[in-house]
Amino acid sequence: MEEFYFYTEGLTVGYEGVPLIKHIEIRLKRGEILTLIGPNGAGKTTILKSIIRQLAPLGGVVCLDGKRMQEFSGKELSRKLSVVLTERVRPELMTCEDVVATGRYPYTGRFGVLSEKDLRIVRESMELVHIQELSDRDFTQTSDGQKQRVMLARAICQEPDMIVLDEPTSFLDMKYKLEFLSIIQNMSRTRNLSVIMSLHELDLAGRISDKIACVRGDRIDRFGTPEEIFSEGYVQELYRMTVGSYDERTGNLELEPVRGEPEVLVLSGNGTGTAVYRRLQREGIPFAAGILWENDLDYPSAKALAAEVVSVKAFCRIDEKAMNRAKELIDTCRQVICTMDGQETGEFYQELKELLEYAKRQGK
Amino acid sequence: MKNKRYVLSFIILGMLLLFFLALNLCAGSVQVPLRAVLDILGGREADGTFSDIIMEIRFPRALAAAVLGGALALSGYLLQTFFHNPIAGPFILGISSGAKLVVALVMVFSLGWAVHVSSMIMIAAAFVGAMISMGFVLLMSRMMDRMSMLIVSGVMIGYICSAVTDFIVTFADDSNIVNLHNWSKGSFSGISWENVMLMSAVTFLASAMVFFMSKPISAYQMGESYARNMGVNIQVFRALLVILSSVLSACVTAFAGPVSFVGIAVPHLVKSLFRTTKPILMIPGCFLGGAVFCLLCDLLARILFAPTELSISTVTAVFGAPIVIFIMIRRKKERAE
Repeated sequence: MEEFYFYTEGLTVGYEGVPLIKHIEIRLKRGEILTLIGPNGAGKTTILKSIIRQLAPLGGVVCLDGKRMQEFSGKELSRKLSVVLTERVRPELMTCEDVVATGRYPYTGRFGVLSEKDLRIVRESMELVHIQELSDRDFTQTSDGQKQRVMLARAICQEPDMIVLDEPTSFLDMKYKLEFLSIIQNMSRTRNLSVIMSLHELDLAGRISDKIACVRGDRIDRFGTPEEIFSEGYVQELYRMTVGSYDERTGNLELEPVRGEPEVLVLSGNGTGTAVYRRLQREGIPFAAGILWENDLDYPSAKALAAEVVSVKAFCRIDEKAMNRAKELIDTCRQVICTMDGQETGEFYQELKELLEYAKRQGK
Repeated sequence: MKNKRYVLSFIILGMLLLFFLALNLCAGSVQVPLRAVLDILGGREADGTFSDIIMEIRFPRALAAAVLGGALALSGYLLQTFFHNPIAGPFILGISSGAKLVVALVMVFSLGWAVHVSSMIMIAAAFVGAMISMGFVLLMSRMMDRMSMLIVSGVMIGYICSAVTDFIVTFADDSNIVNLHNWSKGSFSGISWENVMLMSAVTFLASAMVFFMSKPISAYQMGESYARNMGVNIQVFRALLVILSSVLSACVTAFAGPVSFVGIAVPHLVKSLFRTTKPILMIPGCFLGGAVFCLLCDLLARILFAPTELSISTVTAVFGAPIVIFIMIRRKKERAE
C-alpha cells in the first residue's frame, strides 16, 4: 500500500449507524484522478463525505499519505485536502476574492489576516481558473457556473495535495465543463494533485479519469481504469436503464427505439443516417437500417434505434445474405430513404446502386 | 479604499458613542451643563446635587446601557452566525425570556424567604434560563429545517416564558413586586456601581473570547462543511458560540430585564455601515453599535415623556421592528432573483 497516496481498506459508510455501502476498496496514487460514477442515490456523496471526514465511517480504514485519516489534526488535514461540495454557500457581502481567500485559512495566523504571500496565491488561483475579472464582484450576484469556478479557485488556493469534488460540473454549460475539467487535469499533471470526484457525465468521466469506481447502492461494483470499466452493456446494467441505451465505445446515448415491423428502410452510412434515425424515432415510426459495416459512424445509433439493422462485419465485403435481407426489407417497407448519392459511396459500396435500382423498380 | 471605509466607520461609531454618553449625562429632569459634567467626571467638583445625580444615577446607568447594549448586539450577531439567519436574536428566539423566567423565580423565592441575592447569582440564574431556552431552540432547529419555523418556535417559547413570568409576578406577594414588575419589562434604571463593575467584567471577558473566535467564525460563514474542511472543530466551535451568546444575553437580562430587537437591528445596521461581514470588524463594530443604540434608546425612554419613564423595550422595538421587517422583505427579493 506504500505507493498509494490515498486508499481505503474495507471501508463501510452510512448514516446514523446504518451501513449503506460496504467493503469499499479504492486506491489512488499521487497525481491520479479517480471518478465515482453511478446512479442517483447510489451513495457517491456518502462515500465522498466519509473520506473527507465530514461523516464518520462505520468501519474500515481511510489512509492519506501513509497516515490514518482520524490521526490528522484539523489543521494538518486542511493543508493536504480541500473540497468543492454541492452545498450552496450564501455568504453575505463577500466578493469572489473574499470567498477564494477563505482557502488560505489553514495558513493564516490567529486572526486570519492575509499576508502578501497569501494574497499572491489567491490571485494566482483565480488566474488559474480564469476568474480574475470577478474578483470584486459580489459572490451572491454571480451565475452558478461562475460560483463553481470560484469554489474551485478557493480549493486550489488551499494548496492541497488532494482535492475532492462532489459533482463539480452539474451546473456548468458545455464550454465550462470542458474548461473546468481541463483545469483539474492540468493541476493533476503539473502539481501532482490527486483528485477524487463524482461525475454524472460518463463520457467525460471516461476521458479524464485514471481510475473509475462504480457505486451501486450497496457496494463498489467495479474499480479500475476506464478501459476495464466500460465493457459492453455495463452502463445499462449499472444504472439499471430500462429505456434507451448507452454505447460504451462511443459514448452514444439514445432514447428508446420504436418497436414493431419496420415501415421505412433507411439506406445510409458514414454518419449521414443518424439524424434520419433520430427523426424517425421522434415521429414514432419503426424503421430498418442498412447496409452498415459494423465500424460505420451510423452503426451505434442504428443499433440503438432501428427495429432491424442489416449489417456486415468491419472491413468485409457485403455478402449475399445481407443483400437478400435488404431486398426483402425493400419489399415489405412502404418507403425507402437513401441519404447518400452514388459519388459518396465510392468503389466499396457499389451494392447501394443495385439496391436503389431495385427499390425504384418496386416503386418505393 | 475598503480600509478607509472601515476606519471611517469606526470613527463615526466612536464619535456617536461619546456624543450620546455626554447627552445621557447632561439631559434629564435636571439639566446639567456639559462643563459641570466634565468637571464632575474629572473630579474637580466632588460635591453638590449635580455631582450626586451624575455619579450615583446617570453615569452608572449610561455605562450600563452602553455595556449591556454592546453585549446584546454581540449576542445577536453570534446567534445570526450560528443559525445562518439574519433575524435570529436573543429576544426573538426566546432566550431573553427564558433568562427572565428563571431570574423572576429566583427573585420571588428570595423575597419570600427574605434572603439577599447577589448580582452574581442573578447572572447565574439568567444564564441557566438562557441555556434552557437555547436548548429548546436547538431541539426545534433539529426538527425543523425551515428557518422561518425556527423563528416562530423561538417566539412561542418567548411567549410561554413571559406568560409564566407574568403569572409568578402577579401572584407574588411583596411590596418589592413593583421593582420586579419594572424589571420584567426591561429597564436600565436603578443600576449601582457594583452592578456596573460586575456586568463589565462578564461582558468584556465574553466579548474578548468572541473576538478571539473571529477567525473560525469567518470560516463558519462559508457553511459547516467547508468550515470543517478548513480545520475548524465544529462541535467545540458550536458549543462555544452557544455558551458565549447565552452568557452575553443572560448578563443583560439579569440587570436590565429583556430588551427587544437590539440583537437584530444593530448587527444589520453595522453590516450596512461597514459593507462587510468580516467578523474581525463586525465584532467590535457590533459592540460599539449596540452601545450607541442603547444609549440613544435609554435617553429617549427617560426624557420623551418625563417624568414618566418608558420601558427600554418600548423604544428599542420602535426602531428595531421596522428593521426586521425591512430585512425580511429584502431577503424575499434576493430569493426571488
